[in-house]
Amino acid sequence: MKPPQFTISPARRWRMLDLAELWRYRELAFALLARDVKVRYRQTLIGVAWAALKPLLTMIVFTVVFSKIVNVPSDGHPYPVFLYSALLPWQFFSNSLTSAANSIIGSKDLITRVYFPRLIIPVASVGAGLVDMLISMGVLVVLMLIYGIAPTPALLAVPALMLLVTVTALGAGILVAAMSVSFRDFIHLLPFALQLWLFLTPVVYSTSIIPERWQWLALLNPMTGLVEGFRSAFLGTPFDLAAIAVSTLCAAALFVGGVAVFERVEQTFADLI
Amino acid sequence: MDSYTSLEVRGISKQYRLGRTTSLDDGLRELLARSVSRMSRSRSADGPRRELIWALRDVSFDVAAGTAVGLVGRNGAGKSTLLKILSRITPPTTGEARVTGRIASLLEVGTGFQPELTGRENVFLSGSILGMKRREVRERFDRVVQFAEVERFVDTPVKRYSSGMFMRLAFSVAAHLEADILLMDEVLAVGDLAFQRRCLEKMDEVAHHGRTVVFVSHKLGAVRRLCQRVLYLDAGRLVADGPTQGVLARYVRDALVPPAGADGAGGTRFGAWRLAGRDEDTAHTCVAGDTITVRVPVRLARHVDHAWFQLALWGEGDEVVLSATSRDGGTPAMALQAGVHELAVRLQVPLRDGDYALELALCDVSGRDIERAELPPRLVVLPREDRALPRRSQGIVDVAVEFSCPAPDDPGPTGCP
Repeated sequence: MKPPQFTISPARRWRMLDLAELWRYRELAFALLARDVKVRYRQTLIGVAWAALKPLLTMIVFTVVFSKIVNVPSDGHPYPVFLYSALLPWQFFSNSLTSAANSIIGSKDLITRVYFPRLIIPVASVGAGLVDMLISMGVLVVLMLIYGIAPTPALLAVPALMLLVTVTALGAGILVAAMSVSFRDFIHLLPFALQLWLFLTPVVYSTSIIPERWQWLALLNPMTGLVEGFRSAFLGTPFDLAAIAVSTLCAAALFVGGVAVFERVEQTFADLI
Repeated sequence: MDSYTSLEVRGISKQYRLGRTTSLDDGLRELLARSVSRMSRSRSADGPRRELIWALRDVSFDVAAGTAVGLVGRNGAGKSTLLKILSRITPPTTGEARVTGRIASLLEVGTGFQPELTGRENVFLSGSILGMKRREVRERFDRVVQFAEVERFVDTPVKRYSSGMFMRLAFSVAAHLEADILLMDEVLAVGDLAFQRRCLEKMDEVAHHGRTVVFVSHKLGAVRRLCQRVLYLDAGRLVADGPTQGVLARYVRDALVPPAGADGAGGTRFGAWRLAGRDEDTAHTCVAGDTITVRVPVRLARHVDHAWFQLALWGEGDEVVLSATSRDGGTPAMALQAGVHELAVRLQVPLRDGDYALELALCDVSGRDIERAELPPRLVVLPREDRALPRRSQGIVDVAVEFSCPAPDDPGPTGCP
């Protein structure tokens, strides 16, 4: 029996994404994901509980600042739940985008020494972020119990919304990761971009406080539909389907664009990093 | 043994661009330059002129399944680049290679090790990074840990390991890889002397087990032992390909060419060494315990600001018996002009009789090698004339040792039984 065969040839400008190969390397993706999760909470007293505690603390700070001091309205919902249900997808988005963007540069040792589809690295980073998000979702359940908010069938939309946030974060993350191999500038720019993005997204406030004639502008932000979608799912308010449709298109475009750019430069990583 | 071809390499070349972008300023400038040139369709007209070098030039060869092939050449000859292309880390600029079989590359020990994780977790992580399935790692786990002699510490984070334990575990994972083709770099032999020997034995075992091996090394002894065939690269070109003995002889001969006026175009090179104050016959021979001065012509292709040297002696079993740098003795880093210099290294040789390989390295301020090479021929150490002992008793060093046993009426030290 002849063993498997492959051909090494010069880099091509555009390549198709080799899904079969990615699938063959799935165990590596899980190994890297497990490493990321384990390493993050090693040598801490409370371990994985940090995944729940970090968004909770952020929620408390934001509640004090935006609800108690600035008095941001929350459409009649208790502010902590109103905020947390949007903070949950936002923090997942922001954290996984950041770690995916840094993941390639941070894996220099692997990239210059072993072959595997490089896309595995940012995928594992986002996967590790997903684990954190599932844990911090527990806090939301507790908050809903405390404030007596009954779950509605709208909750069923959560997995689909989560998928959309994942795809958006992954698309943007691999795009920044691919570009930052040549230009580290993007890594330095990212935290500021995300900070600005947070305040352009209805996380600490509701879309309803945006003046009518500027609402369309908020819709251009792919995170608006997703964050408001999460809020609707947990609080049982009607979904803004138009906004979610925009977000879905954006997610798809970012993902396809990100993968295309990534695949284009992937082969040069080892020489440039 | 199977009769197919593992590697078919056809006209592989690799071009690198020197002076890569690092700073923000350069990065943006290049980006702008590139988009401008793309628009005007004239690539060389503007932007910083970049020097292009060929790390590999039109290299072709076949390797039949089950053969172990050595890859030799000076630093910068393209050995590592070739390994990186074959292991798909970087693509060739032109040319193609067909690889038949599962390939594993061991270019460095400890790839993917995570200090925070335990030994057990790292074995699984490193295993899957090197291309093993979880099931395969599980099957080999006990052997890996046993070989590394870290059974008691498998559940301790590896950051608490001694560097020896860390290296042993890392090597052990790599050594238990399942692959049809192994690309190995010499750095694999690590750890203390006893473990180094076991590493080499393990590599022997791997190489003689019907697997295809491409082995890069400066240690000709190891190449001679592991490989039936040798590829010799010089300045990116394959200059010789054939049975080990003949190609190594040519490589050694080339290395012996005195640097002054050799070919004019080459880089930094070491010439033929000899002992100071000896005639032709005894230029490479000394007696155990002698203090010798090794003289080596060194040709520098460029000015080096903070140069320092490292000299190592390798024993017959490929163990390091001595490794010293010019910094150890407090000699300040030297500023060396381009041109030919003569390095003199004075050292005492309190070694057992035998023959030893000299390895010399010239390093820059950051400790990176500018040149590193084994200097043939080997240094022959003769037994001391007053030695009554049979030749080659145990041990490496030959220093004055006195035994005494005081007579009973001598009070002697207290506490003796």
